Amino acid sequence: MKLLKSILMGGALFFGLSMSAIAADPVKVGFVYVGPINDGGWNTAHDKARLALEEALGDKVETVFVENVPEGPDSERVMTQMALSGADLIFTTSFGYMDPTLNVAAKFPNVKFEHATGYKTSDNMSSYSARFYEGRAIQGHIAGSMTKSNIIGYIASVPIPEVVRGINSAYIHAKKVNPNVEFKIIWLFTWMDPAKESDAAKTLIEQGADVILQHTDSTAPLAAMQAAGNVIGFGQASDMTEYGPSPRVSSIIDDWAPYYIERTKAVMDGTWKSQAVWHGISTGMVGIGEITDAIPEKVRAEAIALQDSIVSGAYHAFTGPLNKQDGSPWLASGETADDGTLAGMTFYVEGIKGKVPN
Amino acid sequence: MDFSALNPVALLASLMIAATPIMLAAIGELVVEKSGVLNLGVEGMMIVGAVCGFITAVETGSAWFGLLGAALGGILISSIFAFLTQVLLANQVASGLALTLFGLGVSAMIGNGYTGIKPPGFNTVNIPLLSDLPFIGPAILSHDPIVYIGILLVILVWYFLNKTKNGLVLRAVGENHDAAHALGYKVIWIRFSAILFGGMCAGLGGAYLSLVRVPQWTEGMTAGAGWIALAIVVFASWKPFRLILGAYLFGGVTIMQLNLQALGVDIGIAYLSMAPYLVTIIVLVMISSNHLRSSANAPGSLGRIFHASQ
Repeated sequence: MKLLKSILMGGALFFGLSMSAIAADPVKVGFVYVGPINDGGWNTAHDKARLALEEALGDKVETVFVENVPEGPDSERVMTQMALSGADLIFTTSFGYMDPTLNVAAKFPNVKFEHATGYKTSDNMSSYSARFYEGRAIQGHIAGSMTKSNIIGYIASVPIPEVVRGINSAYIHAKKVNPNVEFKIIWLFTWMDPAKESDAAKTLIEQGADVILQHTDSTAPLAAMQAAGNVIGFGQASDMTEYGPSPRVSSIIDDWAPYYIERTKAVMDGTWKSQAVWHGISTGMVGIGEITDAIPEKVRAEAIALQDSIVSGAYHAFTGPLNKQDGSPWLASGETADDGTLAGMTFYVEGIKGKVPN
Repeated sequence: MDFSALNPVALLASLMIAATPIMLAAIGELVVEKSGVLNLGVEGMMIVGAVCGFITAVETGSAWFGLLGAALGGILISSIFAFLTQVLLANQVASGLALTLFGLGVSAMIGNGYTGIKPPGFNTVNIPLLSDLPFIGPAILSHDPIVYIGILLVILVWYFLNKTKNGLVLRAVGENHDAAHALGYKVIWIRFSAILFGGMCAGLGGAYLSLVRVPQWTEGMTAGAGWIALAIVVFASWKPFRLILGAYLFGGVTIMQLNLQALGVDIGIAYLSMAPYLVTIIVLVMISSNHLRSSANAPGSLGRIFHASQ
C-alpha cells in the first residue's frame, strides 16, 4: 500500500514537473477563504482581488478557490488537495491558517505559499499583511469627533494582535480629539456570525454607543445601526457603500489585487522569493473609503490630513508618549513603535477598560 | 462595577428577539420528536427557510409573503427527509445530518445575488393602552408580530398534544409505533405530516433571522442556531412550556454575555461566550441523571424505523 502510494505520488510529481516545463501552461493559483465569497467584507475583498488577477493576466493564469474553510486541520486538507491538483501558488487568507500553511508548505517544496496576516514564514511560504491600524487611526479620529455620548462601541472578532492593534490605534486617535471618550469592547470569538454581530451592535447601542467600529466580516452591524438611526459606523474590509451615506460614513478597504498580481508574475518569471511584507495606506493595500456627507467638513478635512501624513511617512499611528494599560511606559515622547512589537501586540494602551482575552 | 448602564427594558426586549428563532425551530422539532422521529436537519431547514423567506420578501415587497415563502421552503426541504426516512426507511440520524449539509449548500446557491439587500420589515405590534404601559409596554408588548406568533404556536402545540384526540394519537405513535399501528393508526402518514410541520417551523425560525433579527441574507447565517434548537427540545424534556423557558434562558444568557462584556465585567470572556452552551450541557446532564424522569419523557420510539411488517 505504502509502495503503491509512493509510486503514485512520484508519478504525480513527475507529471506535475513535466507539465510546468511546458511554457504555455498557465500558472495555477489557489485561494483558501475562511468564509463565503459574498460576505460583503473580508472574503469578498480577497475574491475581488482574485478576479482582478484573472483579468490582469488573462489566460496565462488559472485560479481556483475554496470558500468556508474552517481554520484548523480541515484547512490543511484543502491546501494539500490544491497542491496535489497542480497549484503553483496558494494564498491562504486567514490568520488561523498560519500553522496549517507551514505544515503543507513543508510537504510541497515546489509550491509557493502566501499566508495573510500571520508572522511565520519558510523557504516557500511568505507572509503578507496590511497595516489596517493606519485606517483605524482615521476611524478613531472620526469616531472621537462625532460621538455625542462619548461612548464608542467596538465589535472585536478574535483576540489576535491584528485586532488588538486596531482597537489601540482607534482608541489613541479618538482620545486625542476627545479626552472624555470611552470604548466599550465586545469580543465575539468569530470572524462571521451575522446574528451575533447584530446582537452585539444592538447591545452597544443600548449601552449608549453612538459610533460603532467593527472587526467582523459581515454587514449585519451596519444593518443594526441603520435600524437604530443616529448611530454611525464604518465599512470593514469591503467598502460596504450600500449602507452609506449613513450609517456607513467611511471604511477600510482591503485591496489585495496589486499584491496578488505582483506575486503571481514573480512565480511566472521564477523570481518568487519568500518574504514578509506589511503594506499600509501608502501602497494602496489599505484603502480608506470615501468619507460621506454625514461627517462635517472640518472633521473630514482633519481625517484626510491625518491620512496624508500617514501616507507621507511624517506620522506613525503609534507615536509616543504612550503607556500600556497598567500604566507602565511603552513609548517615550516622539518615539514610534517598531514592527516587531506591533506584530505581537497583545496589550491595550492606557485608558482602555477590560482585558484582552487570551 | 456600574450596572446602571444596563437597561432592563432593552435587555428583556432583546432577549425575546434572540429567543424567537430558536423557539420557533424547537417547537417544530418537539412535535417531530413526539411522533417518534429524530430529525437532525433543523439547521439545514432553518437556513433554507432564511433564504426562501428573504428572496420571497424582497421579490414581493412584503415581509408576510416572505414568511409564507419560508414556511413553504421549510416544508419542501423537510419533505425530502420525510420521503427518505418514512418511505425509503433510511436511517434518521444520517438523513438528518445530510439534510443539514444539503440545506447549507442549496441555500448558498439560491441566495447568490441577494447579499447586501435590505428586506422589507414588519411593523411592530402596537396594542392601544397596553403598549404604552411603563416597563412592560416597551419590553414585552411592542415587538414585531412574529415574537407573539412564536409564543402562540407553543401554546397551540401544547393544546394539540394534550387536549385533542389527534395530538394523543401522534404521541401514541411516538411512544410505541407498533401498538399504534395495531390500533389502526397510519403511522407513516402521521409522522410524515409531523416532519412537514417541523420543516415549516424551522423555516419560519430561519426567516425570523434573515427578515427581522439581522436583517439581511448572508451565507451560513444561522451559525448553529438549529443545533441549539435541538438541544432545547431535550432541555425542555419534550414539554412545550418548558421549551419557552429554555429558549428564553438561552437567549437571555447570550444577551447577558454581550451586555456584561460591554460593561467591562472582569471575568473571562471565553467563559461568558461558553455560558449558554454550558447551561445546556448542565441541564442535559441533570435531566439524564434522573433516570426515571427522562425515560418517562423521551418518546419511546424516538429514532426507530417503522415498518408495518415487523
